[in-house]
Amino acid sequence: MNFAAALARIDTAAVTQAPLLSVRSLQLHLPSSPQPLRLVDGVSFDLRRGETLGLVGESGSGKTLTALSIMRLLEPPLSGCVHGEVALDGVELMSLPESEMSALRGRALSMVFQEPMTSLNPVMTVGQQIAEPSMRHLGLGAAAAGARAEEMLRLVGIPDPARVAASHPHLLSGGMRQRAMIAMAIACRPALLVADEPTTALDVTVQAQILELLGELQRELGSAILLITHDLAVIAENAHRVAVMYAGRIVEEAPVDLLFAGARHPYSRGLLASIPRIERARLDILPEIPGVVPGPGERPAGCSFALRCARASARCHAEVPPLAAAAPGRRLACWNPLDG
Amino acid sequence: MIKFLLRRLLQAVPLLIGVSIIGFGLMHLAPGGPLAVYTLNPTIQAQDIERIKVLFGLDQPVHVQYAKWSSGIFTGNWGYTFFGGRPVLGVILERVPATMLLMGSALSVAIVVGLAIGVLGATRRYSVFDILATSGALVALSFPTFWFGLMAIYVFALELRWLPSGGMWELGEEGSILSLLRHLILPTLVLALVITATWSRYARSAFLEALQQDFMRTARAKGLSLRVRLLRHAFPNAAKPLIALLGVELPFLFSGALVTETIFAWPGMGRLFVDALTMKEYPILMGMMMFTAIFVIVGNLLADIAIAAIDPRLRLS
Repeated sequence: MNFAAALARIDTAAVTQAPLLSVRSLQLHLPSSPQPLRLVDGVSFDLRRGETLGLVGESGSGKTLTALSIMRLLEPPLSGCVHGEVALDGVELMSLPESEMSALRGRALSMVFQEPMTSLNPVMTVGQQIAEPSMRHLGLGAAAAGARAEEMLRLVGIPDPARVAASHPHLLSGGMRQRAMIAMAIACRPALLVADEPTTALDVTVQAQILELLGELQRELGSAILLITHDLAVIAENAHRVAVMYAGRIVEEAPVDLLFAGARHPYSRGLLASIPRIERARLDILPEIPGVVPGPGERPAGCSFALRCARASARCHAEVPPLAAAAPGRRLACWNPLDG
Repeated sequence: MIKFLLRRLLQAVPLLIGVSIIGFGLMHLAPGGPLAVYTLNPTIQAQDIERIKVLFGLDQPVHVQYAKWSSGIFTGNWGYTFFGGRPVLGVILERVPATMLLMGSALSVAIVVGLAIGVLGATRRYSVFDILATSGALVALSFPTFWFGLMAIYVFALELRWLPSGGMWELGEEGSILSLLRHLILPTLVLALVITATWSRYARSAFLEALQQDFMRTARAKGLSLRVRLLRHAFPNAAKPLIALLGVELPFLFSGALVTETIFAWPGMGRLFVDALTMKEYPILMGMMMFTAIFVIVGNLLADIAIAAIDPRLRLS
């Protein structure tokens, strides 16, 4: 997609808009001893219409749990441990009764999952599954919803929608299945699309197609996309802004070009440095971040990254750095940041 | 589909041959032998026994006997009973309706109630209801069936005098539907109790398995109601293992309500088997064995067809 053009549009049009999605102090703490498991630890961010925010981090950093908490898709007992505020278009989601929340799911906000094979019901045809949101939310009958399902399949670039709609998931390729998942998610033109590792299970060539499709749909529908991935390359090409998560917290947030030009948090910098680059000498050793992410029950008192950080000072071990504005559109949680 | 059926039926042939050889061999090895019953009869002399031996073909080598008996299975001549000399197949088929009726009603009750308990238990895992249902099933499975049968007779037939204690009809009321239904209630409930206990456990684990699948989360993400999620998404997936189990268990259920049929004097296959066993009626026992084997094959075939109808991945092109 033409990233620069999209960014320009965001800058001119969206800055004045109120955010579509506003997440404040989102928390998922599981009671445990000696200290609670801090799976998501005070995540806050805004997402505007037509904008893609990339949420990036290693596995276990809390990205998926953040997404599931926003969608309120966690099951008990986890669902009871979510705290914080999530407002979608001014509607506070966390306090909605389940019946009202389920009326929004699939309509105002919907989700694309990582594994398109297991996320589709094997005993129903793809068309039936794509038709369901339209029947549930738009009050369409089975025939009208079926026709709309084929229309959605055409929209996501499937050349023979009638045949695919009548097929069961196991007969389709991975890329086709993910297209079907996306068709299902956008069937009611949601304002917010949460895509949790939408391309991780796919071949590299198919990955690019799917991401391009998401970008096109965004331009067409004007949806905001929360793109969750561990793959920085995906973020670089498809997001407008990026939030880096580490151990349940956002540690740095910036427009994507600024982050790639100069990450200021040592963790973000390390993450960027560990991307393999073709121009590097062949025998060069890939830089890695020493140590491992502390588990959700063993978070240190100060900055979670302090134990692995070369720049850590006494303050880093004692006090959690707050996520504060570092520059317009940039936030940073670090006591000793690098220069941008 | 027709090719699939034909192949499955062809696969059944060696299985049936195997079952018949083992069954025939076991009966042949059983002490006493088919003529033992006559030696107890003082009016029968040695030359009579020799004559019967020739008449029954028992003087011929084992493999000839087997060939004669097994070829009869396919032509419908399953041999004759020792007592009364009646055709075995007729004796067995005569008992089928009574067993079908009892099993059909008990299974219907058990599957409906068992499924309901299982679904509720799976959706409200570890709730008070789930814990009660689980322990209730354990209790029902721990007590022997005959105890439940005797208690039911004691309470409902002897003390309360609401229902008859056994048989299918009152004397002189043969053929009356009302009388039949009254006689059906107690054995159905006793049999259903045990089957419900098992099936509620099967249903619970099948539904738990289905509810934990990724596509159930997708269904929630679409905003579908609990009812639609359970009926349209979870149910067909949970039904697959249950149908497979039913295919295996059904034949044994039909051939084997031994205890219940005996306690309630229900003239079905279970009682025929018990009677034939005590009277050393080898032709009937071997006939019932073959009957059960055929039922197992048919039951599994039906289950495979039903599962293939639900799950397109299992359809053979």
